Amino acid sequence: MSEEIIKLERIASQVRRDIVRMVHACQSGHPGGSLGCTDFFVALYFSAMERKPGFDIDGIGEDLFFLSNGHISPVFYSTLARSGYFDVSELATFRKINSRLQGHPTTHEGLPGIRIASGSLGQGLSVAIGAARAKKLNNDNHLVYVLMGDGEQQEGQIWEAALYAPFNKVDNLIATIDYNGQQIDGATDQVLSLGNLRAKWEAFGWDVLEMNGNVMSEVLSGLAEAKSRTGKGKPVLILMKTEMGNGVDFMMGSHKWHGVAPNDEQLASALSQLEETLGDY
Amino acid sequence: MKKYTYTDKKDTRSGFGAGLLEVGRKNDNVVALCADLVGSLKMNDFIKEFPERFFQIGIAEANMMGIAAGLTIGGKIPYTGTFANFSTGRVYDQIRQSIAYSNKNVKICASHAGLTLGEDGATHQILEDIGLMKMLPGMTVINPCDYNQTKAATIAIADHDGPVYLRFGRPVVPIFTDADQKFEIGKAWMVNEGADVSIFATGHLVWEAIQAGEQLAELGIDAEIINIHTIKPLDEEAVLKSAAKTRCVVTAEEHNRLGGLGDSIAQVLAKNNPTPQEYVAVNDSFGESGTPAQLMEKYGLNAANIVAAVQRVIKRK
Repeated sequence: MSEEIIKLERIASQVRRDIVRMVHACQSGHPGGSLGCTDFFVALYFSAMERKPGFDIDGIGEDLFFLSNGHISPVFYSTLARSGYFDVSELATFRKINSRLQGHPTTHEGLPGIRIASGSLGQGLSVAIGAARAKKLNNDNHLVYVLMGDGEQQEGQIWEAALYAPFNKVDNLIATIDYNGQQIDGATDQVLSLGNLRAKWEAFGWDVLEMNGNVMSEVLSGLAEAKSRTGKGKPVLILMKTEMGNGVDFMMGSHKWHGVAPNDEQLASALSQLEETLGDY
Repeated sequence: MKKYTYTDKKDTRSGFGAGLLEVGRKNDNVVALCADLVGSLKMNDFIKEFPERFFQIGIAEANMMGIAAGLTIGGKIPYTGTFANFSTGRVYDQIRQSIAYSNKNVKICASHAGLTLGEDGATHQILEDIGLMKMLPGMTVINPCDYNQTKAATIAIADHDGPVYLRFGRPVVPIFTDADQKFEIGKAWMVNEGADVSIFATGHLVWEAIQAGEQLAELGIDAEIINIHTIKPLDEEAVLKSAAKTRCVVTAEEHNRLGGLGDSIAQVLAKNNPTPQEYVAVNDSFGESGTPAQLMEKYGLNAANIVAAVQRVIKRK
């Protein structure tokens, strides 16, 4: 295993600790999807994305990321803090009064790293397309990333955006779907089946690839492959298979931890499975 | 009564089209988006001169609002164009989250507002849009009164950093404001100073208020007429100063009486100086098909209705 992968896995372990501790501390939030997407966030922010030091809202001259399924804010906040956007101690304020770390991400409180509010589902892909078009107008040769949920694919606006981007050759855009097969009320196949998601996105004109989102080496190679496919006239979509709750055995394989906080005993059990590698906040 | 005359009539949406072209020339960051209504929004001149700064979105208004929000990230100043109904109610949540709450510098430009869209009927005649937009924290709401004012407003909003709702219409109406006017967001325009009643009017109702003022003068009533082109932020100082002088108020708007200009003014008066007020507005109903003039008459929005409202409110002093 390469040194980089070991480094990223150690960060991911700490981010997972942050997630369960944040959700436990306020007894609310969404641990399941956050844990499932941890490897993706860590790979993105600590390896794949080209980022400038500091933060400005326009993000000219760097890659941008938008989180469309804003309820997995714990993983977003932890990743941003661990990659230097703000002090990790602020993670302790998650979902508490007067915090910049709102339940769902917002620009409203001026938290560095956040460029759009999200939470009401289905909107992030459109925003990412707009940002990608602005980059082209600015002759800014950087990429725009966006993450969506799979349950979120049930929102109509996603398909408006899906139709728009290939027709307009928005090829500086990498969209990813967290394909964990779960949503609040149960399995997506039971609530409203997405059918053959790959075939649907391909039919809309996207360049689609698949990757396992819970194996760091595969996330890195998947993101590298996606990057290599940009600039070729088509937007790129990654179908990322993940397991909700990944890294905490009793949270895995069920939709039940979509939006439920662990109690003290469950927290202790979760933390015993996740090595503290960078120091808890 | 100060005399207002006109030599030409135009639709306010054409004022938007002319303003968009001019502000596009002045500011390289201005971009435009449209949801399949380029001709209706008079965007063709902008598109011809700046094809790379125009985005045809198709009939997908939610996507348009999201793309507009995204374009601001990178310093662009997007002007979205579609009918008022599809600019507000259809995409309320997209505006709320991705534009207003995110404080994005998007200019939501809405044509065919109100009853005067005419024959298409109630599905297209939104009468709730001012209310929807003014309730959003941080949103500026502007409803200019004629071609020149709409053009000036379209240019001025580029210099305002923050989301704006700019409302205009389809019918051809008199041009009675100055071509070279300076448009100041949030600053009411004194159309006519008077002593007996304050008429606060917005949009197409400003011209009706002027007509009403002339009729009132013949009846011996000296009406103060103020154009509230900016409903939010409201020029509270102008409202209170006028109401303190005349001690009775009529508000006039092409909008539901619930949630529009009238309610904004009533709130300021109730808090600071309770004053008798009459509404000239649509009485909590949907519109219907008809010519603009027929609709304005049937729904009680023309000069005669303003005169009647003034006569009622003066008795309540």
